[in-house]
Amino acid sequence: MSGLQDEAIIEVRGLRNQFGAQVVHERLDFSMRRGEIVGVVGGSGSGKSVLLRSIIGLVRPAAGQVRLFGEDVLSASDKQRQALERRCGVLFQNGALFSSLTVAENVEVPLREHHRELPDAVRKRLSALKIALAGLPADAGAKFPSQLSGGMVKRAALARALALDPDILFLDEPTAGLDPIGAAAFDQLILTLRDSLGLTVFLITHDLDTLYTICDSVAVISRKRVLAHGPLCEVERFDDPWVQDYFQGPRGRAAQNAASLHSHARG
Amino acid sequence: MALQGDWTLECLSERLARVDELKRAAAQGFDASGIGRLDTAGAIILLDVIGGDGGIGKLHGLQPRHDELLRKVVAANARVPEEKHENAFLDLLARIGESTTTIWRNAVRLTAFAGQVLEAMARIVVTPRRWRPTALAAQIEQTGFTAVPIVSLLTFLVGCVVAFLGARVLRDFGATVYTVELIGYAFLREFGVLLTAILVAGRSGSAFTAALGSMKSREEIDAIRTLGLSPIEVLVVPRVLALLISLPVLTFIGMMAGLVGGCVVCIWVLDVSPVMYITRIYEMVPVQHFWVGISKAPLFAFLIACIGCLEGFKVSGSAESVGQHTTSSVVQSIFVVILIDAFAAIFFMEIDV
Repeated sequence: MSGLQDEAIIEVRGLRNQFGAQVVHERLDFSMRRGEIVGVVGGSGSGKSVLLRSIIGLVRPAAGQVRLFGEDVLSASDKQRQALERRCGVLFQNGALFSSLTVAENVEVPLREHHRELPDAVRKRLSALKIALAGLPADAGAKFPSQLSGGMVKRAALARALALDPDILFLDEPTAGLDPIGAAAFDQLILTLRDSLGLTVFLITHDLDTLYTICDSVAVISRKRVLAHGPLCEVERFDDPWVQDYFQGPRGRAAQNAASLHSHARG
Repeated sequence: MALQGDWTLECLSERLARVDELKRAAAQGFDASGIGRLDTAGAIILLDVIGGDGGIGKLHGLQPRHDELLRKVVAANARVPEEKHENAFLDLLARIGESTTTIWRNAVRLTAFAGQVLEAMARIVVTPRRWRPTALAAQIEQTGFTAVPIVSLLTFLVGCVVAFLGARVLRDFGATVYTVELIGYAFLREFGVLLTAILVAGRSGSAFTAALGSMKSREEIDAIRTLGLSPIEVLVVPRVLALLISLPVLTFIGMMAGLVGGCVVCIWVLDVSPVMYITRIYEMVPVQHFWVGISKAPLFAFLIACIGCLEGFKVSGSAESVGQHTTSSVVQSIFVVILIDAFAAIFFMEIDV
């Protein structure tokens, strides 16, 4: 069992991404283990989303190797890739819900496409369950994305990402644009889902509170590669001006204090 | 009885096939220690087998992480609403009723909107510093100038078709020479303005809806309002005015292109010389038909612009809504144009023009 726990579920080696003359990643290495919640941070435009897209195969890197569940994504056949994609749930920055479908139908799409053999009734129950798991109110399933608030859109997108019971959940700024209460609730939701569904979570965020409350480790992307990757307490002390500014700036300090107060109160 | 193997989405159909069999065996309880992987889909089926959340006790030797997942699913399931069954016939009646009231409401809204636009125009006319010549010129270019090629080509072709038709039908009566009158009456009175208006409705009406609709969905219209400006004055009036100018001009171009199209066919099929064609039009087609035709153009222009802008304002939220309202804008304006044209035909006939 311990062997399974230590296995790298995502492994990126020597990744290079380039758009025209602009190089986004250069010899980037990154890996994460099963069951972890890894927070990925970096300045705007540092290529966090591009890393996510390269891992799930939306961007084809110029060079390098990407392994998911030990399988090489770039050399995989279409069929193998589809099988890999089914094991990944993705929450896009703006939800990316299909606007012509209701929330329930949105959640049903992957089930309908990948599991045609399921009876309608089971599919409906599954989608209703995922909507409830994502913490949406009971009547949200019949609504269209345009009728939802920002926080509800994120939850609905999470429900769709969970539709196929993925092993890895990719979250692109899940708490951006949410009010602090909604953001905190979303953090807790991800924690409980990780614990009960055994998910591995790749989390891009700008939200320092999220980093301090739910992430097991943090990866800092800067200067075209992963500058530091490790538990938060180590990364915080990493000797680099950008990392220092990020974690020791006024907002970083505030989040640190809040987190330590919180853990004292609990302890 | 022992439960074995994976209970996941991948192998759900196999599990579903055995649900009834397992349900009958549920009373004695299960040995759940052999369950491999379990996910939420499997958990639903497992809960079915053991008869809901009360039955978790029937699963002996459940692994702790599976137990936690089951409890999570039970908790979430409690919040899933009961499914409502709807009566298809009542549903149909409701939809008919809804569409009927929508037609009525649309008509009321359009009338109200047209009133607002007229009022805004009247206000602006007397205060020259609120005129927006740049916006007006840009709109005239987009709705009028760039439409000239397509309008003239289309009416030219229809002119040819009408001429062919006239030549063919009138030959049986030995009256082919009346083809010229047919083309003159048709284009000056009806086809010139009707074809142009339909083209402009499809071209500019839809563009108005799409432009205002995407502004609405990005909250730009709200921004205009909070800046103390009137969206009708800033966005609608220049468009309405532009179309009021462009459509009559385009109509005139359309009429001429139609007559030229007819002329080409007359020269080719009927051996009528261009000079004879023009003379005959000049002598035999009273100018009042031209006035009847062109007098409808401003009315059509006003309606097309109002419908286009109003549909744009009705857009809500999503990009899909922009598409829906653009379609609805084109359908409505073409419908209104043809309807008004039919009423105008009756009206002009009654007053003997």
